[in-house]
Amino acid sequence: MTATATSARSDLSELGRSETALRTFLHGLPGVDQVGAEQRAAQLGTRSIKTTAKAEAIDLAIRMVDLTTLEGADTPGKVRALAAKALRPDPADPSCPHVGAVCVYPAMVPYVAEVLAGSGVHLASVATAFPSGQAPLEIKLTDVRAAVEAGADEIDMVINRGAFLAGRYSEVYDEIVATKEACGDAHLKVILETGELATYDNVRRASWLAMLAGGDFIKTSTGKVPVAATLPVTLVMLEAVRDFRAATGRQVGVKPAGGIKNTKDAIKYLVMVNETVGPDWLDPDWFRFGASSLLNDLLMQRTKLTTGVYAGPDYFTLD
Amino acid sequence: MFEYAPAPESRAIVDLRPSYGLFVDGEFVDPTDGGSFKSINPASEEVLAEVAEGGSADVDRAVRAARRAYEQVWGPMPGRDRAKYLFRIARLIQERSRELAVLESLDNGKPIRESRDVDLPLVAAHFFYYAGWADKLEHAGFGANPKALGVAAQVIPWNFPLLMLAWKIAPALAAGNTVVLKPAETTPLTALLFAEICQQADLPAGVVNIVTGAGETGRTLVEHPGVDKVAFTGSTGVGKAIARAVAGTRKKLTLELGGKAANIVFDDAPVDQAVEGIVNGIFFNQGHVCCAGSRLLVQESVAEQVLESLKRRMARLRVGDPLDKNTDIGAINSAAQLARITELSDAGAAEGAERWSPACELPERGFWFAPTIFTGVTQAHRIAREEIFGPVLSVLTFRTPAEAVEKANNTPYGLSAGIWTDKGSRILWMADRLRAGVVWANTFNKFDPTSPFGGYKESGYGREGGRQGLEAYLNV
Repeated sequence: MTATATSARSDLSELGRSETALRTFLHGLPGVDQVGAEQRAAQLGTRSIKTTAKAEAIDLAIRMVDLTTLEGADTPGKVRALAAKALRPDPADPSCPHVGAVCVYPAMVPYVAEVLAGSGVHLASVATAFPSGQAPLEIKLTDVRAAVEAGADEIDMVINRGAFLAGRYSEVYDEIVATKEACGDAHLKVILETGELATYDNVRRASWLAMLAGGDFIKTSTGKVPVAATLPVTLVMLEAVRDFRAATGRQVGVKPAGGIKNTKDAIKYLVMVNETVGPDWLDPDWFRFGASSLLNDLLMQRTKLTTGVYAGPDYFTLD
Repeated sequence: MFEYAPAPESRAIVDLRPSYGLFVDGEFVDPTDGGSFKSINPASEEVLAEVAEGGSADVDRAVRAARRAYEQVWGPMPGRDRAKYLFRIARLIQERSRELAVLESLDNGKPIRESRDVDLPLVAAHFFYYAGWADKLEHAGFGANPKALGVAAQVIPWNFPLLMLAWKIAPALAAGNTVVLKPAETTPLTALLFAEICQQADLPAGVVNIVTGAGETGRTLVEHPGVDKVAFTGSTGVGKAIARAVAGTRKKLTLELGGKAANIVFDDAPVDQAVEGIVNGIFFNQGHVCCAGSRLLVQESVAEQVLESLKRRMARLRVGDPLDKNTDIGAINSAAQLARITELSDAGAAEGAERWSPACELPERGFWFAPTIFTGVTQAHRIAREEIFGPVLSVLTFRTPAEAVEKANNTPYGLSAGIWTDKGSRILWMADRLRAGVVWANTFNKFDPTSPFGGYKESGYGREGGRQGLEAYLNV
């Protein structure tokens, strides 16, 4: 068994060297039946998570939030406030855990880094000419290095969807490899922008491509195109990380981002993680939510569970 | 580990009476000979209610009531007016669907997730669908002026008590027949609640009659000379006996009997969805499904991979309290059925097949059977030939499409089959050659009122559902 796993590992690492080998491998992955995948995702969405299970899920979801602001209007003041919220999401309740990370543009990283220093909350930054990725490679890599130097320990890169859709898999692969190298010790999350990949077959192929190239996390979306994270897309990506670990022994995380707005949705994702890849991924190191408004709904539901009543939106901070 | 807290559906919505009579001529009546039996909850063995046992005098009374209603009210009534009643019943079913779903799970043992999300929506859909046909029968393709048959005797099984009732009653009524229906003795309660819905809908007396009882009541009903049509869903053994009893009479007969469906997985199948389909094919409704995909035929080149995924998936199945909203597999319907499943599974192991079940804790009371697969099964094993009607899957392998067809067809049954492949042309090639009434492609156990359903060979004859389903209830 160990011998097989080792040989499988070395085989896969060779794939990136040849366009043909990469294409043959990616196109040889089992297909995804759209109707079946969507049906499975919907079925998992009917799980009923109540009382103690709900409380546990909410706290876990808070710890998994990548609290995000990615606006042209972001200012040092705005991101500092966000970082403060990341540390203490519910000022009224010290038992409330902190979030997983704060996610900002590279220019905002230094301001967030000051607030988060030593807290255990990660600092993620979207680099590589986010969100389109349409810039020369050298500029994208400079973007990454700058963010890491400024204090980011997680980099959310975008793949070159144009190259992917044109079938130039090596180009996408090489960019991810180069970005990973530019990251140094920082973790690399690879954004597939599944809304632009359109089919689940593409999502599965892009997931494998990103993992083969060394991505530490695969992430659904930038949040900047109309279709962001969905349950079926996340299901396909979870199946990919599960199969990738079985083939190579390396565990890769998953981050749905965009469009996850309330506790009910977040719990559906956790159920999906639980029943698709199991408890190994039920941890902020291996599963994150890219979200902004989700956090307040989680806090509101958390308060409701402890006090028995809903508090109005003014009882939760706006940052 | 993320443990789901218990999430039981409340049973307070169900208002059960301690005892039920027969529903004859629009009202509940006591049986003439006073017999009764108990219906229990198979998940706890708790008695739910005492139900009347219909004797021959009761059957006669019900058939006469149905005849009267047919001749005086329902037969002469214009189709558009019959439609109004059927639409009304459909809406009432929707309105009371939670109540019906909870009662179905209590009496049958199936998980509330299935009775709520599958059975009840389909029940309502069947009534809506056939309500639409009631005033359009001349356009159904059975001649310019098709006539009803008269009184239909209908005997239904315990696996989908209310859904089978809908499959039987909706087309019969739409076509202008009146009915006497006998529900299965282990699951009579939703049929009796349906009788209340008929009252609530002001359905004319005698159009629907429900006579509860066991096999003897059913035999008396189908043999009654006042019956024009017999429709039966159940075991092949009983189906054959009914065919013999009806032979030589004027009665029309449709039979929907057993199955031993092949679920065929090719090496280019979408594996994750195929595994879901395998699970849904055999573990849906505890495998108490006549069209269950109880034989998995998997191409040898991917067998290992598919089985590994299947076992991993099976380990996630949640077996337990049918009323818990997170339960995937509920209770086996009766002690007798559990004994049959156990006997056949033991035979499988004794004949040399390899048995596997995920670790799962089964409740102490009630009737339970862990989801089970047998690998290394050959066509010669009993578990590959006989209908188990439980959560037990027999796994066989094949090498070529032709071999898959050969093995799939090598059974006395022919109700359904499944094909999993990414190749459209192969789906069509296979579907042409499979001798099965329903062939699902890249899905399994999908039902719709617009689609006809029925079997080949020992799986019976006649079709239910769709335009074709009307034929069984029209004089064509």
